[in-house]
Amino acid sequence: MTTVKEQEAIQKQFQERMDENELLNCMRCGFCLPSCPTYIESGFNESHSPRGRIALMKAVVDGVIEPDEDVEHSLNLCLGCRACEPVCPSGVKYGHLLEEARDIINQNKKHSLPVRTVRKAVFNGLFPHQNRMRTITGLLGFYQRSGLQNAARKTGIMKLLPDNLATMEKILPAVPTMKEMRDRPEHLPAQGPKTKKVAFFTGCLMDTMFLETNNATMKLLQLAGCEIVIPKSQSCCGALHGHSGEKATAKEMAKRNIQAFEDLDVDYIITNAGGCGAFLIDYDHLLKDDKLWKERAIEFKDKLKDITEILVEVDFHKNINLRLPHQIITYQDSCHLRNVMKTASAPRKLMQAIEGIDYREMKDADRCCGSAGIYNIVESEMSMQILDYKMEQAKATHATTIVTANPGCLLQMKLGMEREGLSSHARAVHIVDLLLEATGEEAVIK
Amino acid sequence: MITKEIAQKLTAVVGNENYQDSKAGRLVYSYDATPNFQSLPDAIISPRNTKEIAEVVKICNEYGVPIVPRGSGTNLCGGTCPTEGGIVLLFKHLNKILEIDEENLTVTLQPGVITFDLIQAVEAKGLFYPPDPGSMKISTMGGNINENSGGLRGLKYGVTRDYVMALEIVLANGDIIRTGGKLAKDVAGYDFTRLFVGSEGTLGIITEATLKLIPIPETKKTMLALYQSLEAAAKSVSKIIASKIIPATLEFIDQPTLEVIEAYAQIGLPTDVKAVLLIEQDGPPEIVERDMLKMEEICKQEQAVSVQVAKSEEEAEALRTARRTALSALARLSPTTILEDATVPRSEISKMVNAINDIAEKYNLKICTFGHAGDGNLHPTCPTDARNHEEMERVEQAFAEIFEKAIELGGTITGEHGVGVMKAPYLEWKLGREGIAAMKAVKTALDPNNVMNPGKVFAKDSRKRVVVSK
Repeated sequence: MTTVKEQEAIQKQFQERMDENELLNCMRCGFCLPSCPTYIESGFNESHSPRGRIALMKAVVDGVIEPDEDVEHSLNLCLGCRACEPVCPSGVKYGHLLEEARDIINQNKKHSLPVRTVRKAVFNGLFPHQNRMRTITGLLGFYQRSGLQNAARKTGIMKLLPDNLATMEKILPAVPTMKEMRDRPEHLPAQGPKTKKVAFFTGCLMDTMFLETNNATMKLLQLAGCEIVIPKSQSCCGALHGHSGEKATAKEMAKRNIQAFEDLDVDYIITNAGGCGAFLIDYDHLLKDDKLWKERAIEFKDKLKDITEILVEVDFHKNINLRLPHQIITYQDSCHLRNVMKTASAPRKLMQAIEGIDYREMKDADRCCGSAGIYNIVESEMSMQILDYKMEQAKATHATTIVTANPGCLLQMKLGMEREGLSSHARAVHIVDLLLEATGEEAVIK
Repeated sequence: MITKEIAQKLTAVVGNENYQDSKAGRLVYSYDATPNFQSLPDAIISPRNTKEIAEVVKICNEYGVPIVPRGSGTNLCGGTCPTEGGIVLLFKHLNKILEIDEENLTVTLQPGVITFDLIQAVEAKGLFYPPDPGSMKISTMGGNINENSGGLRGLKYGVTRDYVMALEIVLANGDIIRTGGKLAKDVAGYDFTRLFVGSEGTLGIITEATLKLIPIPETKKTMLALYQSLEAAAKSVSKIIASKIIPATLEFIDQPTLEVIEAYAQIGLPTDVKAVLLIEQDGPPEIVERDMLKMEEICKQEQAVSVQVAKSEEEAEALRTARRTALSALARLSPTTILEDATVPRSEISKMVNAINDIAEKYNLKICTFGHAGDGNLHPTCPTDARNHEEMERVEQAFAEIFEKAIELGGTITGEHGVGVMKAPYLEWKLGREGIAAMKAVKTALDPNNVMNPGKVFAKDSRKRVVVSK
């Protein structure tokens, strides 16, 4: 429940903080509608479209309506996939509007005590601290390896969890050991003639739960002739915070990362998670009110590149022999990689260069899979509806390998396959893991 | 106003889940794509079938509740803005293609079908539905029929009106009538089909339509002709048609419009020329080849600085798609974008282009022009700011003068966007007082209680005509 007093405070902040010019920039042509997953899945409900959400934000600013629960629901149901942005001829920065609106609502809303406690623990206590991320991933590892997982599944205790969470528990990857997570390199040489010097943004989840994928990424960079610097002082990108209305913490993390990657004398900063990349590339917007930091953020973002982009740039797929046993492969775009980082053709070029595979584009590969950060937990009904559509399209390609470029999408694909009973004969992989497999090399980095 | 009693009656028909009257729910149906029009409806209702629509209409007619039928809300005349409140009626449950009849070359569908989905469905069977409004990926067929939408292929293939063969309509009294049929010839009584096409929801609710299809053209070619003078481009248009060539597409885009389209689409459009023509021909290969060569020649004679033929279908599609985004891309330039669609006979196109430029200068406004030059249908567009009242006044005066000029050249105030609420004050300029009276007589006969999209087409007050200085 949002109290009247809270609503008044929210409305006032909307008037102070929302970018009026950006709201007016939407001329309501509706070109965004066919790109919006929630508009489609809600049966063409304008409340769940980008145009509708912008109209609601503007109406709150104009004082035409109050920021009541329906307004909040409309904003909450948005995936934040930003598929509406590339199709907007007027160039409305929808993502920025949404983030600001969510931040205002969150800052002015008193969450219930349990919600507050969890939010605080997760957003402030966990993600900003890589050592704690390691500890909690380590706990998961203990759970998986100690026999607890088997025990838990046998007792049927998982049935007490909501359907989704129980399935999610099954699809979590086997996590690395504490030692593996602690002993991370800070510098790696190129293999063969050096082409570029790059810095690697490791990410928080990627460097714990998906450590193997990070290792594969670095191995590919080495094979591509890149010398790699991995600054230790970097932290989580802050995306989770930014998207959940915790902007202040996100800003702190942005500053920490900008500092960590400054003065490294590298050609590029490489990421391997679309979700992180898109947040990093928006640091200049996040820090727009601070002139000095904004300039530093622009220097940072200008160097940012997804792993697939640099591999294509240095002709990795032409110089290295890529081969896999025959299989049908399809690709699910990471929304943020595609819509914000504008990387769509590079991953496809790389996959199509692998000998032995049959690449088939799935229908609406550019439509969100419903993962969207923690969306699949907090808005699970809509998320599963979107996922069901996605699985239908994936199945139509007869692919046995679904490739993604972001950890959230990867888990969601696994979840979808588990739900459809496909897990036994099909797999979901991160593109770098697939590419490394195709090189025949191991993810051993030194 | 919808009283509790009316709301109960309406929900009894459509079910609670298809009746919505929350503030946020109403807000998002308070507008369409027309700038500066917004008005909250009292409720939004989504009937599940024609019978329910008839029930809903009966209730509204009895209590005098306005009904605004709405597709995807992409129209540009304020046609679906509920200016007098009442209910907004949605077609989300009536969105099926019912039949593609390959023997009679027709398609029968419900109004909620998206235009582009229809085009794709019939093209999969080697058939062709030519009307392709700029918003075709979003707009519904019900909207297209009610607005009589045009598009890029209008010159050769006509507009929505030319493809509607039969309609099912719910009248204001709740009667359900069927007009026309899958018939090449049909003179049984008044041509109600034509009357309802473009009636903007003011006469009844269209609940089903049968459309004419044609065989899909064998080939298509696309080219861009570049000009350093607007007039030269406009003259090429008239000359192509005078040379007895009817191209499939003949679009005009001026430099400021090219710049914003290129900023969005980034497909390498020339931005250093004053205007371009986007020209397409389709049909049998030898005819396409011959016409394209002839048109290239004409363009060059008329001072085109260069003529570029698209090398692939992808390149051609990129050009067409880019052109369709022109209006929304122009919205980048300023907070408010006012667009018109004055239309003149094709032969007068260069006079109209010149007049628009003179008027823009006179009122000290930036006016960008693009449009279906081959149809004589231009879209002069003014990037402005609704918050600047003084400038808005000038914009209004400038457009009034553009309308006046169009009528003087034998044209009309709107070629394809419709009258709606936006152009209602000017309708009398085109029709005369007697014309308005005749149209009103039709409206009153079919909708005596004025519940069908009231406030549209007919204005409370006509605008005084401006005197054009000659």
